[in-house]
Amino acid sequence: MGRDLHLIYLQIQYQNKIFWRTPVSAFFTIVFPLMFLVLFTAIFGNEEIESLGVTTAQFYAPALAVFGAASATYTNLSITTAIARDEGILKKIRGTPLPPWIYIAGRVGSAVWIALIAVVIMMTVGVVVYGVEIIGSTLTAALLSFLVGASAFAALGLMVAALVPNSDSAPAVANATLLPIAFVSDVFLVTEDGPAWMDAVGNFFPLKHFVNSLADAFNPTLSGNGFAWSGTDSEYAIGIHVAVMLVWGIGAAIVAVRFFKWDPIPDRGSRGSRKANSQG
Amino acid sequence: MAAITVRGLTKHYGSLHAVDGLDLTIEEGEVFALLGPNGAGKSTSVEIMEGHRFRTGGDVEVLGYDPATGGREFRERIGIVLQETALEKELKVFEAIETYAAFYPRPRDPGEVIEIVGLEDKRDARIKTLSGGQQRRLELALGIIGDPDLIFLDEPTTGFDPSARRQAWSLIDNLRSLGKTILLTTHYMDEAHNLADRVAVIAAGRIVAEGDPASIGGRSDGRATIRFRAAGMESRELPQVAREGYDEESGEVAIETATPTAVLSDLTGWAVGRGVELEGLSVERPSLEDVYLELTAELPNG
Repeated sequence: MGRDLHLIYLQIQYQNKIFWRTPVSAFFTIVFPLMFLVLFTAIFGNEEIESLGVTTAQFYAPALAVFGAASATYTNLSITTAIARDEGILKKIRGTPLPPWIYIAGRVGSAVWIALIAVVIMMTVGVVVYGVEIIGSTLTAALLSFLVGASAFAALGLMVAALVPNSDSAPAVANATLLPIAFVSDVFLVTEDGPAWMDAVGNFFPLKHFVNSLADAFNPTLSGNGFAWSGTDSEYAIGIHVAVMLVWGIGAAIVAVRFFKWDPIPDRGSRGSRKANSQG
Repeated sequence: MAAITVRGLTKHYGSLHAVDGLDLTIEEGEVFALLGPNGAGKSTSVEIMEGHRFRTGGDVEVLGYDPATGGREFRERIGIVLQETALEKELKVFEAIETYAAFYPRPRDPGEVIEIVGLEDKRDARIKTLSGGQQRRLELALGIIGDPDLIFLDEPTTGFDPSARRQAWSLIDNLRSLGKTILLTTHYMDEAHNLADRVAVIAAGRIVAEGDPASIGGRSDGRATIRFRAAGMESRELPQVAREGYDEESGEVAIETATPTAVLSDLTGWAVGRGVELEGLSVERPSLEDVYLELTAELPNG
């Protein structure tokens, strides 16, 4: 067991190295959400809300931090895992003694770690540049929500990787699901005054719960430390959010395990069949 | 003791019988080459032995394990070099090798393995900066880092330039001298000829010929072709045995015979008697390639 834990640690390190050396994924995960923060505060102004004594970035920053975390887990894992399968890397790993679950644990662990870094960077910029205030009593519940949310979105990413036919379609599927849902999930704008269906759609998917479980931890109008099932309008409560994320995460993990493939999926017109034609 | 024993192996995909009753025994310490056209069932068979694929029927025992259920313990004792290069391109050479070394209970020394495959100069280079041949050598390094008893090499030198191929061959020879068992698939007959103790030809999902590379498919007792040049001569000047195979236009004589010793005796007797030299004299056996093409020519999926 000690050896397996060490292997998980090495696999997380290994996946982290690959992530940081791939500038495009680092850009979309870390820099892209920061650009939103800069743009929002520039467009709408980062004025102090007098009644609350905080600036508007107090609400943007945690929501965009969650967007970065979802992109680090859901988008990145689905794309990079599908690519690794297409390139035969998964197949090669499957031929070594490394237990498959350790390889997957390494990928998930690395994705959650990078999500945490994305959140920390976003909140640090928020605090230092935009005067965001941290509320100490809510941090434990916020961290727990983060861990559940990031793990659930990692499982959803692996589910997408398991279901897409090849790595070309992975980015399309990941973005075509995450972005529209982000618009009804209080990431870019809060939809409290929007149509009821929008509210319902947002409540159905896990992203809004991920956003609110973290954003509420920074909301100065709420009381409580977060460890409650479902808050009133004036209480911070992560219970129902965590429950919804767990259901999605466990469901996604079951589908991912059931349909995950380690071998590249043969497809007509790929290099495999060209090769057969030229040599056969 | 046998490293690999396969009896009556079958693999069906619906009505397609990719492997159709394959029998094979590979002894410990042997370098064994599996030849066959694409679609003959070669890769499928090897992938079943590697544990990458499940079989439909038959018995397979590899190093005493059933590869379908051998799991981690089984994989600790084998090394697989797949046909397609599959590397994380952003890593450095030594990072990839050290990562793989950690998978095994008793790996070889990473520095030593880097040296064995001739990548010392590239130790700190990103994998994406390596040439195709260097990447293949890194794949070889990853295949042997666990110090396996049995190594599967799927077309290990496809795409190599001639000097890289020679290097790879000497590496494989080196592994042989350490007592490793090697199962090799290849399209290159000279590779099979140079490396393998035994070869088998697979076609339509079965072994159609098996033996040492010098005698497989009746190579050593088959017909030979004797050639020489007789430019400017007329057919009737030649000895009886040479007349039929004489092409007056090119001046080439090619005699196909099952008794090359007797024919050579006649020819040399005639030449010595006339005081002439048999220009460009050669005796050719069918090459491994000829035998291979003949064995696989009539079969479907070839």
